[in-house]
Amino acid sequence: MNIKKILPQLLTLLVVILVFGFFSYNAQINMENRGITFGYGFLSQESSFDVQFSLIDYDGSHSYFRAYLVGLLNTILVSVIGIIFATIIGVVVGIARLSNNYLINRTASVYVEFFRNIPLLLQIFFWYFAALRALPLPQDTEPMFGVFFLTIKGFFVPAFVWNNLDVFIYSIIAAIISIIFIRIYAKKKQENEGIQTPVLSISIGLLLILPILSFLFGGVDASVEIPVIKQLSQSGFTFEGGIKLPPELISLALALSLYTATFIAECVRAGVQGVSKGQKEAAASIGLTPNQVLKLVVMPQALRIIIPPTTNQYLNLTKNSSLAAAIAYPDLVLVFAGTALMQTGRAIEIVSITMLTYLSLSISISIFMNWYNKKIAIKEK
Amino acid sequence: MNKLNFLQPNKNNFYTYLYTGVILVALSIFIVFLNSFFNKDIVSFLPGPISFFLPLILGFTGLHLIRIDYSGLRFLDSINKNINTNNFNAFLSLLIVFVVIKSLPPLLSWFIIDANIAGDSKDVCTGSGACWTYIKIWFNRFMYGMYPNPEQWRINLSFIALAFLGCVGFFATEKFKKYLTLYYVVVYPIIAFFFIFFFISGGPIFFDFSYGIIAAVISIILGFFIPSKFKMYYFIIVPITLYILLKYVFFYEELIELGKLEALEWVETGAWGGLSLTFIVSFFCLIFCFPIGLFLSLGRRSDFPIIKYISIGMIEFWRGVPLITVLFMSSVMFPMFLPEDMFIDKLVRVIIAISLFEAAYVAEVIRGGLQALPRGQYDAAKSLGMGYWKMHILVILPQALKLVIPGIANTFLALVKDTPLIFVVGLLEIVGMLNLAKTNPEWLGFAMEGYVFASVLFFIICYAMSKYSYNLEQKYKTER
Repeated sequence: MNIKKILPQLLTLLVVILVFGFFSYNAQINMENRGITFGYGFLSQESSFDVQFSLIDYDGSHSYFRAYLVGLLNTILVSVIGIIFATIIGVVVGIARLSNNYLINRTASVYVEFFRNIPLLLQIFFWYFAALRALPLPQDTEPMFGVFFLTIKGFFVPAFVWNNLDVFIYSIIAAIISIIFIRIYAKKKQENEGIQTPVLSISIGLLLILPILSFLFGGVDASVEIPVIKQLSQSGFTFEGGIKLPPELISLALALSLYTATFIAECVRAGVQGVSKGQKEAAASIGLTPNQVLKLVVMPQALRIIIPPTTNQYLNLTKNSSLAAAIAYPDLVLVFAGTALMQTGRAIEIVSITMLTYLSLSISISIFMNWYNKKIAIKEK
Repeated sequence: MNKLNFLQPNKNNFYTYLYTGVILVALSIFIVFLNSFFNKDIVSFLPGPISFFLPLILGFTGLHLIRIDYSGLRFLDSINKNINTNNFNAFLSLLIVFVVIKSLPPLLSWFIIDANIAGDSKDVCTGSGACWTYIKIWFNRFMYGMYPNPEQWRINLSFIALAFLGCVGFFATEKFKKYLTLYYVVVYPIIAFFFIFFFISGGPIFFDFSYGIIAAVISIILGFFIPSKFKMYYFIIVPITLYILLKYVFFYEELIELGKLEALEWVETGAWGGLSLTFIVSFFCLIFCFPIGLFLSLGRRSDFPIIKYISIGMIEFWRGVPLITVLFMSSVMFPMFLPEDMFIDKLVRVIIAISLFEAAYVAEVIRGGLQALPRGQYDAAKSLGMGYWKMHILVILPQALKLVIPGIANTFLALVKDTPLIFVVGLLEIVGMLNLAKTNPEWLGFAMEGYVFASVLFFIICYAMSKYSYNLEQKYKTER
């Protein structure tokens, strides 16, 4: 080891240590002056603030940790909704951009260019403050299909009331596990004997039959609860029963999915275009039908190109869902890094927990992606 | 005469098919057009669902009839090839045409026909259309934020001057072309910083700015008489010495006198805002994030383990967290890390935070370009006896950066689109100003106009940027 190699490293390390030392020294002094001691004990204290919308049971008497969970679950909820819709819109638009129909092609590209060149925050504000504010009041609302009510106070949808819900869930889990085994078996069979098993139809059948069986024999019972309008005061109306999706959630999910869908559409287009024409021609020349060409030759190769950037977009969507704070949707940032921070004044602890949550999420996904990329990479001799 | 087969149009009886088809399509479009522009339903005598779907059915049949391969009419062939290849495509094309015709009248009436722009109060907006008066009245606020009205010429002047200085590259003669990189990377940002820090911010500090300008002008004039051999050293040493001389020796007494006067009123950064703040923030973040990202990407590929892991840690940390939490950190957590008497301006903190955040993304993009270069380029450069820095500056980076122009442009676009987030720390650029304006009790209820206006502005800016990056990409494309 020569000095030329060690010196720059030591210098960098020294600078980093000095900067961190300076920061933590100041932080210590500042906290002493304010009479705060560093620690995460406050998480178990009573939070004494309320959250408008939560998936789990929560009120002011619960702990700060419970508030953290409420925020985290709300973040996950809006991300999952956003991811589902972004994928659907993105795939449709991506395929439309490949269409040889001039009008469809143009429409899709106008959509992509328009929605991805406008800041997401602006879109969220547009949906929340301008578009959804134009909706009717609860008493003037016409029901959609008789059961859905889209009002200025939120979207009211019917809820299912379950008996023996756990049996139903077990049946779905059992179906999924058996599908995985069937897939493994089918793959082995194809590798050994060259015979294809209709995996897709078997899977759909299992997913339908097992839950139906649980209804017939497992004692599962579900009834639908339709929201009913209810008068609160002279001019105040609301709906009772069913599930209420607050306008914050709707506008956030709408903006997130429309915005992210443009990027997913580009990924899909790049993926399908990335499969060379020769592959399709070769597949057709050995006598595969167009459906088989798509299923066995084009899609596996296109997916290899599509999936990594799309996962990245899912991650971006999840991180972008933190913009919820701007329209007061109680997500992790608003509930925890906003309200809880204001109440406790523990800036360092709370911001670090919030950042670590997002960080661990994205690092775990990127580890998974590295593993996946290695798995699907073309093995060249 | 051949038998007519309407299920399979062919070239026999060509004109029969053509005329019937064209009449049917024209009729369907005409029905929709009348319905949407004049609100007249000429097929209302039919039962409800049929009259609703009639245009679609007519148009679909018409398009089916004119789908004749190799008809010999160029126009017909191009229609068949582009929007009428099969039944499904014909159906979708019709649907798109109808939706466009249907949505034109309400859009036109909202944007133009029923909209108001005259007058200067809310009372003129009585129509059902947009109230552009709102945008007109608030235009200054949307552009300059809370910046005092009589001082706004300073922002205009700075931006015009900076735009001119930015265009220098297009007019440079062959002789000065080689200095352009140096100019854009070092000189131009410094000038821009001076303009914004001294001129837009103003205050007594303005005098420092004027000394700087005097020093620069004198040294440029003197510079013509200096032999080119020493020019580089000259331009580093002389302006700085002149500046120090001017400030501390010649004008020291006057400075104290003048400092009490304020030649330009001081405007604190909290009052800056609107679109000009969007430009200022994105401009500086753009300038800072690129070099930081470059060093991080080189660090990540370095052979020194400590530097490598520090770079990886930095990149993965910033890429893993959302920008809003970074801004939260800069506003509530960062002051805890500073000594009690030290205060860093909000705007500066925000610019540092966004630059570090975007630098991580730039680093990953550049790393992609570095990895794409073949190993041979490194080996060849090393075999010529180049050291690390020489190899990277002369051989590796020019090629790698050329490869990643689209990626860097995307990151910069993301940066511009991320600037509205600075509302978290209380800085109000254009989106923030919109939210402020719409809560003004005198102007309630015009949120839509504001958001549409800002969307159009952002769309123009971002679309122009992406087109420009596409041009750059085409210009620097080299065959491999």
